[in-house]
Amino acid sequence: MVKSFYSKEVIKHFNSPHNYGKIKNYDGLGKVGNMICGDEMWLYIKIAKNKKGEKIIKDVKFETFGCVAAIATSSVVTDLVKGKTIEESLKVTKEDIVKVLGELPPIKLHCSVLAIDALSEAIYDYFKKNKIEITEKMEKIHQTILNRKHDHEDH
Amino acid sequence: MKRIYLDYAATTPVDPRVVKAMAPYFNKKFGNPASLHGFGFEAVEALENSREFIAKAMNADAKEIIFTSSATESNNTALKGVAFANKEKGKHILISPIEHDCILNSAAWLKKQGFEIEKLSVDEYGLVDLEEIKKKIRKDTILVSVMHSNNEIGTIEPIEEIGKICREKGVYFHTDAAQSFGKVPIDVKKLNVDLLTASSQKMYGPKGIACLYIRKGVRIEPLLHGGGQEFGMRSSTSNVVSAVGFAKAVEICLSEMNKESKRLIKLRDKIIKTVLKKIPDSHLNGHPEKRLPNNVNVRFSFIEGESILFQLDSLGIAVSTASACSSPKLEPSHVLMATGLKHEEAHGSLRISMGRWTTDKEIDYLLKVLPEIINKLRRISPHKIHG
Repeated sequence: MVKSFYSKEVIKHFNSPHNYGKIKNYDGLGKVGNMICGDEMWLYIKIAKNKKGEKIIKDVKFETFGCVAAIATSSVVTDLVKGKTIEESLKVTKEDIVKVLGELPPIKLHCSVLAIDALSEAIYDYFKKNKIEITEKMEKIHQTILNRKHDHEDH
Repeated sequence: MKRIYLDYAATTPVDPRVVKAMAPYFNKKFGNPASLHGFGFEAVEALENSREFIAKAMNADAKEIIFTSSATESNNTALKGVAFANKEKGKHILISPIEHDCILNSAAWLKKQGFEIEKLSVDEYGLVDLEEIKKKIRKDTILVSVMHSNNEIGTIEPIEEIGKICREKGVYFHTDAAQSFGKVPIDVKKLNVDLLTASSQKMYGPKGIACLYIRKGVRIEPLLHGGGQEFGMRSSTSNVVSAVGFAKAVEICLSEMNKESKRLIKLRDKIIKTVLKKIPDSHLNGHPEKRLPNNVNVRFSFIEGESILFQLDSLGIAVSTASACSSPKLEPSHVLMATGLKHEEAHGSLRISMGRWTTDKEIDYLLKVLPEIINKLRRISPHKIHG
């Protein structure tokens, strides 16, 4: 097998991405990146309660415009949070995504950041819509993501 | 899995006939042309015959051809060599905005040395504007450099006309014909060029050799100093074996050019026609007619080029893209941007470049799988075709 630019796991997720598409009656939607930069990720979440009464991400779907790494990281982030509680989901990091993928070329690491951003924006959107208290930390992350987006749009 | 190579603009395999011609020069006729004995003489003969053949192929004199290691080196020599030899006359250099990086970065380096670099504009097809060139040439302009054809979008520039303008104004004119030589007729006299770059590895010859045509009388300084090989213009032990290969590659390209170019144009136009017809929101980059016989460059809205490339790669089809995601700088192609595309339009571009071993069957297979790949990626994309 010829050595590839991407790991086997990246190509696997890219060729058959999990959980892509829309959720029509979503509870939260995170939109990050933009077409100008070449990566744009939309993440939809549907919230439900588990037996313990905790809120969980019952369903999650993504739509991504971007490269192989952007599509693969989108696929992995949905796998990582599906069925998890919101609290657990907020603890998922870009390192968790890279771990699943084996490795990402250094130049593509920003794609894993984008996936985490999309997730946290989707949860932020859900909180906002349902008037759930947004912690200072979440607000700060939200502002950072917005700034990053506007920086790029200025280009 | 059968692999299909559609990236001949990146590099070509060496033709077996070229390999055969080169074989004796690795270890039988391996001499150094600078040596006085029989081994040396054998090498001189091979080197000079190769030079003469390549010179004739572009209607030049053998003394006007120097061998270099790459088109990059030829282009560096042309720009820097002319700049330093003519700085008393002026420091103004005009280049097109769609040149290869080796021209752009040589020019950028010259700028740091105090030269003034001005970039021309191109239209939506990547064509330069003759009137603009006329206007921008000044008394202190020492060189104009416009590529013969573009490596990404395949557009062929009006070199003969630019050459005429430069001749009239008394300004040296260089053209990078790395993608053209061997594919379309090149006649340095007819083109009115003073310097011309040609490359072996784009025309089924070995890598590591290229040449630079320098019209007799052109004032130019060498980059490499040493034993005085290549008429003092490029010191280094002569790469005889590669020169022999390069000349053989030229011979084959020339003898097959008519037939091969007709065959490739047919395939090229078939790809373009089918893609534009079968795939909604697809567009052609570059000029529909003034383009290399083997080049197709198309873009697809709402998706990204690297993703298309890897989908094709998993089916064994090799193409290329100049999307931002695939570049080390994460910036979209300067060529596509110069033609006026927006970032988001440039991202979804794909270059399909064909060659000597491309078959109808391979192209049919590509055209069969491509629409489904585009559809699949569009299903994943948040941006959809409306209406």
